[in-house]
Amino acid sequence: MPTKAKPSKAPERLRVRKTYKLYIGGAFPRSESGRSYPVTGSDGALLAQAAQASRKDVRDAVVAARKAQPGWARATAYNRGQVLYRVAEMLDGRREQFAAELTAAEGLTDAKALSTVDAAIDRWVWYAGWADKYAQIVGSSNPVAGPYFNFSLPEPTGVVGVLAPQDSSLLGLVSVVAPVIATGNTAVVVASEQRPLPAVSLAEVLATSDLPGGVVNLLTGRVGELAPWLASHRDVNAIDLTGVAAPDRPPLQQAAADNVKRVYLPGGLDWADDPGTSRLAAFIETKTVWHPIGV
Amino acid sequence: MPKFEYAPAPESRDIGRLKEHYGIFVDGAFRDGAGEATKTINPANEEPLAEVAEAAPSDVDDAVRAARRAFGPWSALPGRERAKYLYRIARAIQERSRELAVLESLDNGKPIKESRDVDVPLAAAHFFYYAGWADKLEYAGFGPSPRPIGVAGQIIPWNFPLLMAAWKIAPALACGNTVILKPAETTPLTALTLAEIIAEADLPPGVVNILAGGPEVGQAIVEHEGVDKIAFTGSTEVGKIIQRTIAGTGKRVSLELGGKAANIIFEDAALDQAIEGIVNGIFFNQGHVCCAGSRLLVQESVADEVIAALQARLLTLRLGDPLDKNTDIGAINSAAQLARIRELTSSGESEGATRWSPPCEIPDRGYWFAPTVFTNVSQANTIAREEIFGPVLSVLTFRTPAEAVEKANNTPYGLSAGIWTEKGSRILWFAQQLRAGVVWANTFNRFDPGSPFGGYKESGFGREGGRHGLEAYLAH
Repeated sequence: MPTKAKPSKAPERLRVRKTYKLYIGGAFPRSESGRSYPVTGSDGALLAQAAQASRKDVRDAVVAARKAQPGWARATAYNRGQVLYRVAEMLDGRREQFAAELTAAEGLTDAKALSTVDAAIDRWVWYAGWADKYAQIVGSSNPVAGPYFNFSLPEPTGVVGVLAPQDSSLLGLVSVVAPVIATGNTAVVVASEQRPLPAVSLAEVLATSDLPGGVVNLLTGRVGELAPWLASHRDVNAIDLTGVAAPDRPPLQQAAADNVKRVYLPGGLDWADDPGTSRLAAFIETKTVWHPIGV
Repeated sequence: MPKFEYAPAPESRDIGRLKEHYGIFVDGAFRDGAGEATKTINPANEEPLAEVAEAAPSDVDDAVRAARRAFGPWSALPGRERAKYLYRIARAIQERSRELAVLESLDNGKPIKESRDVDVPLAAAHFFYYAGWADKLEYAGFGPSPRPIGVAGQIIPWNFPLLMAAWKIAPALACGNTVILKPAETTPLTALTLAEIIAEADLPPGVVNILAGGPEVGQAIVEHEGVDKIAFTGSTEVGKIIQRTIAGTGKRVSLELGGKAANIIFEDAALDQAIEGIVNGIFFNQGHVCCAGSRLLVQESVADEVIAALQARLLTLRLGDPLDKNTDIGAINSAAQLARIRELTSSGESEGATRWSPPCEIPDRGYWFAPTVFTNVSQANTIAREEIFGPVLSVLTFRTPAEAVEKANNTPYGLSAGIWTEKGSRILWFAQQLRAGVVWANTFNRFDPGSPFGGYKESGFGREGGRHGLEAYLAH
């Protein structure tokens, strides 16, 4: 860590620093384990101590996600869309703060940091709009050979474990979380291990965006420690392994088979690209309903 | 309910054109597999039907080589040409439908009226449906230039042998993949007859390869490096093994696994129709149906009435010769499955549930199990939790809609569910609440090639049927 020259005397006003905590069930607890770990910026300087979540925190987060899931799925799609749009509004109001955090975390230039925050804001808007349209593009009325009305529609898979990307601590994070919740799933997210601070700040945005507590739960800590518990948890229905390096994925895929989890393995990972609909498609179930037609 | 006496009306077994010996179908040619020659048994009388020279893992190597070779030209063929091959197959199944129905009932034990009216027509319809997709994939909503995955390894169960082969092969070929199909060890005959149809349709060699064989052949397919995609229908236990096996290989997978469906009867339901739906839900195909309505949830106020009417109806079911056109309940497919049904039903009794079966004559030879209804079942009982895959119904009761939903969803499975009520808003509410891939409202066990089928939770993932069924065979 490069040493910076210490100021010779105390500043006139001392900044009030933030404690970076977890986000579970709408609250900001420390890790139940009491552990934390140092987070350094791209220049190696200490930025903060982040909470180092434990297995128990994973389980608490899954409980919170499960509790929140039926209510979030039952909310109207219009309502979910407005909540996601509200997240964009709140994020836009804090774009300079996030740009500064990205500069510190990822070493981006100021201009690049701002454009990345803007892309993250726009991504919330993109997925906000999908909330009440996705069922129309993937649902169908099916012309069966008989006197039956038959239709198919997408439903949320349930609780989704998300290993967020390691590199892109805000745009990447938003790109993996927004499509999960847009369709009515709830999420347990493990943030970028080395760059967790923008994620914790995003949790503050979520907490002030009318998103019900528990819809997104965010853990910071060691991916290698947390991912196996998430992958093997019986009450998690699907898992997104984006933030896990390819060689570390197979044991998680194997653990996921214990309850036939849906496993999402990402394709291309340029977060600036058009996101498409593949992430929406990865965490839905198709339900088909039949009813006879008659008088 | 009067029971009418019927004279026997058996379909002739000669129509099945049963051969003494069957092999495997690799690279467009029939040959003996390098595995053991086994006998496939008629479960209705335990007599051998034919000898099958099964595949060995070395045959899997050959089939994969053939399928890989065939993949380039097949996937490059214009969609309209692939379509015409599939239409040919659909038409040939229709032409040989009577033969296939008899063969299916002989090998599987299911009543001829089911193989004739359900399995075979739906198999033909499935090919006909997906044929039409082959030249329209760009319009299916999976991107502007959809591509096939490559070589698909497909493993199917014994409960709907021909129909499951159709569900697997038709969408795979329509999307431009090539196929290695393994039918179940106890029911290879209709799949091998389908291989004849495929050969007669002049499908290029290697596009479809059909390997009769046991679990070691299935394992070799799943583990083979030259296979790009696995499609499996069968037990949840094996599905999990497959999901673990392919971890880290980059193979795509779709799984259609077990079920323990709730069939929910409300007091305002049209009870006569509901009774027919209950019977069809659990006794269709001897209950060898992953989406069978094996848990009956009856509203308490009508439980006695429903159980009495159900028992009266079951007295009229005819169990016996699968080839007899009047037979309702055929033979259990194998001795192993019969043993499992017996074991699970005896646990039902020992755990305190009340067992009832109509008096019915069980033939001296063959594998048979009388239709069975358990009442006084608790949710904790083994028979209310585990898939029995036999003609066994567990009856539970409920008082409120919320309790019905809670009980219906109280299972790791999520394949199908049924709801019987005359109240439209309640149907739609239940359709929303039930965590199952198929919900039948005031009907049960309906299937159609245009209707997506597949599970939630531990009943697997991916859909078969409809536009949705293409996704499992297109590259992401």
